[in-house]
Amino acid sequence: MTETALRTAPFDKTRVLAWLQSYGVYAGVAMLLIVNTVITPHFLTAENFRTQAVQVAPVVIVALGMALVIGTEGVDLSVGAVMALAASVTALYLGYGLLPALLVVAVFAAGAGLANGALVAFVGVQPIVATLALMVGGRGIALVLLPQLQDLHNPALASLGSGAVAGIPYLILIAAALALLIAFVVRRTTFGRQLLAIGDSRPAAQLAGLPVRRVLVVVYVVCALLAAVAGVLATARLQASDPTSLGNLMELSAITAVVVGGTPLTGGRISIGGTVAGAVLIQLLTATLIKHDLPPSWTQIAQAIVIVCAVYAARGRGKR
Amino acid sequence: MAPPAEVLAVRGLSKTFPGVRALDGVDLTLHPGEVHALIGENGAGKSTLIKVLTGVHRPDAGDITFQGRPVAFSTPMEAQKAGISTIYQEVNLIPLLSVARNLFLGREPRTRLGLLDFGRMHREADEALRAHGVRVDVRQPLRTLGVGAQQMVALARAVATDARVVIMDEPTSSLEPREVETLFSVIRRLRESGIAVVYVSHRLDELYAVCETVTVLRDGRRVHHGRLADLDRLGLVSTMLGRDMGEVRSEGLTKFTGDHHAAAGEPVLQATGLTVPHRLHGVSVGIRPGEVVGLGGLLGSGRTETAKAISGALPLRSGDVVVAGAPLRGGSTPAAIRAGISLLPEDRKSEGIVPGLSVRENIALAALPRLSRFGLVSEARVDAVVDTFVRRLRIKASSPHQKVGELSGGNQQKVLLARWLAMNPKVLLLDEPTRGIDVGAKAEVQKLVDELAADGLGVLLISSDLEELIEGSDRVVVLKDGAVVGELTGDDVTEDKLMRTIAGDPPAPGAVEVAATDD
Repeated sequence: MTETALRTAPFDKTRVLAWLQSYGVYAGVAMLLIVNTVITPHFLTAENFRTQAVQVAPVVIVALGMALVIGTEGVDLSVGAVMALAASVTALYLGYGLLPALLVVAVFAAGAGLANGALVAFVGVQPIVATLALMVGGRGIALVLLPQLQDLHNPALASLGSGAVAGIPYLILIAAALALLIAFVVRRTTFGRQLLAIGDSRPAAQLAGLPVRRVLVVVYVVCALLAAVAGVLATARLQASDPTSLGNLMELSAITAVVVGGTPLTGGRISIGGTVAGAVLIQLLTATLIKHDLPPSWTQIAQAIVIVCAVYAARGRGKR
Repeated sequence: MAPPAEVLAVRGLSKTFPGVRALDGVDLTLHPGEVHALIGENGAGKSTLIKVLTGVHRPDAGDITFQGRPVAFSTPMEAQKAGISTIYQEVNLIPLLSVARNLFLGREPRTRLGLLDFGRMHREADEALRAHGVRVDVRQPLRTLGVGAQQMVALARAVATDARVVIMDEPTSSLEPREVETLFSVIRRLRESGIAVVYVSHRLDELYAVCETVTVLRDGRRVHHGRLADLDRLGLVSTMLGRDMGEVRSEGLTKFTGDHHAAAGEPVLQATGLTVPHRLHGVSVGIRPGEVVGLGGLLGSGRTETAKAISGALPLRSGDVVVAGAPLRGGSTPAAIRAGISLLPEDRKSEGIVPGLSVRENIALAALPRLSRFGLVSEARVDAVVDTFVRRLRIKASSPHQKVGELSGGNQQKVLLARWLAMNPKVLLLDEPTRGIDVGAKAEVQKLVDELAADGLGVLLISSDLEELIEGSDRVVVLKDGAVVGELTGDDVTEDKLMRTIAGDPPAPGAVEVAATDD
């Protein structure tokens, strides 16, 4: 029905698509909430919401960095590998205490981000290729450092993973704080403005004298640091370091969240709220299908449909 | 009028793009063995004509007759198979394949089993290239060759495909003088074997060296055609630039006051010996505070490159830029901007505006660091700057938050001017500041340039609009093929003198004779 209506009014169609790209993700989340309230037993419980939020928190944190990279018309495939690297390094240095271990993780992650950023900004390699190298190599290094799953027994790490303030897990608080921070960076800082300008038109940004290379390198470093935070938090929750499988396919989940959230892959525009909602949408969709005992293959198909819809809405806007 | 022997005949060709009439009833006739110059300034319609002939675009009206049959190519491949080959300004071959494979791409010799016959391919490729004076290992990937040699491979390929018409779009722009000679000998051989050549170039010497006939396009229309020998250089230049002597332009006067600014003191900008391989050969320009220096010359003469080299956007092989007495590190745009140089680029849409950002953000873009504190943008300071310039330049937007990509060309240009004026520059480099903007905005921009110079700014003005260049400039430095060929000062700043300098004719006193143009 809507299909025919759209076809007869092409002007309305672009407006509908524009609306869909910006707000469709929120509508999707709202719809899933309403449907679940009706059809899923025990959906409206604090416990359920806490579980969902804890599960989605690492994806949200990684997707925040991914949104920044995509805003520069790039992509970072190495985030999953950086999570694994963070898990390995945490296990290796936890003996010195949590804080020193976190510092070493930060150094490793910054190194990974610098490598990505330098390849993109100085060597001029396409982001997808530059970060592919670290996606493969990063997990390799993680496995060299820690060849197999290792249980961790550190009270500080354990409380980071399962502690809570006023019933809200640290994980959720950290993810929320980071989302607010990144949104602030995008909206209010010089860096954020320069990042968007570079993503929208790199030649123009260059001729306007912006520090294009520096901004790009910083973006990839921030993305890697956020992935490392997600890696440490996931490790803390598991109480074990698992470099073999931690963060597997995380790059795709993060890109999905960003794209579904209305951030175009062509750069120049970043929606942090949409990115968070995008991650939540996929999480709710998966949870809904699992709760109704549908096989995992259905989840994948449903995700694919959401992605196709998001890409269609983005394409319909025709940025240039 | 056209003898039946013509190999290609184009009649009444028209092509409209959204908002632009690129071709308007253009005719073109080619005979076997004819070398035909196709010339015109930017936007005259040359590229569109070539693209229609080679099947990239389809015409809205008009017909093309090729070897006596009406044709309508829908892909470049079809045109090529029929016998129209094109050599583009940029080499369009595959860099990773071998020279021989590139040469035979799409028509590789095969063995009886249907496999590629490399032995024959390499032998024939070697022969074909030797015939063009190129000696290379044809097994090497194409990218290991120099640009000139690659261009020769493209030429060999174009000629080898049984072409009846070869179109060359600025083939010499990346060639060394020796290679240009080789190209010319190839063109002469093509002519002897009855192949027609369409030769597009802005280098007058080359045109007169190889072409017999000429078509001049301007604003999508054919404004002249005939034998090249019947038109001297001055006539050619004036026809191309649309300054037919004695014909009064209807658009009227520019908004420049025409006063000569009080240009005094030490130069605020002194560029000396700027050299960029293939582009600039030792260009020197000096600008004093309050002076508007025009940069004259044809398309491809190095005007844009000069501006870009000064602003650090083109890496220099040699040469110095000194701003207000302080030498500038070359090749760095941020350094040039900090020193007080601002460039309004020629390609406003892709190099100037950031289309997805708002008017406000575009204006504040370059000045962001000084409008920020500890990395946080001070919205109040941005508002103050944006407010000032939106009012001063009368930028028309629904609000400062409207996307710049949605504004008219004139307002986009004003936004860019505002971006630079917010930086308090010492030198303003304006590359075609009024191209593609409406008459009203044009007048405003011209008036503004005058005011800025009066305020003591040094301005470098590049314009293909001769009237604008002459009336706006205190001095005009004339470029040709990447070098300074003359400078007009004081009362010598006239269209006549400028065109003579561009054409390379000695200034003749008295009456000016210009070949009449038809149409």
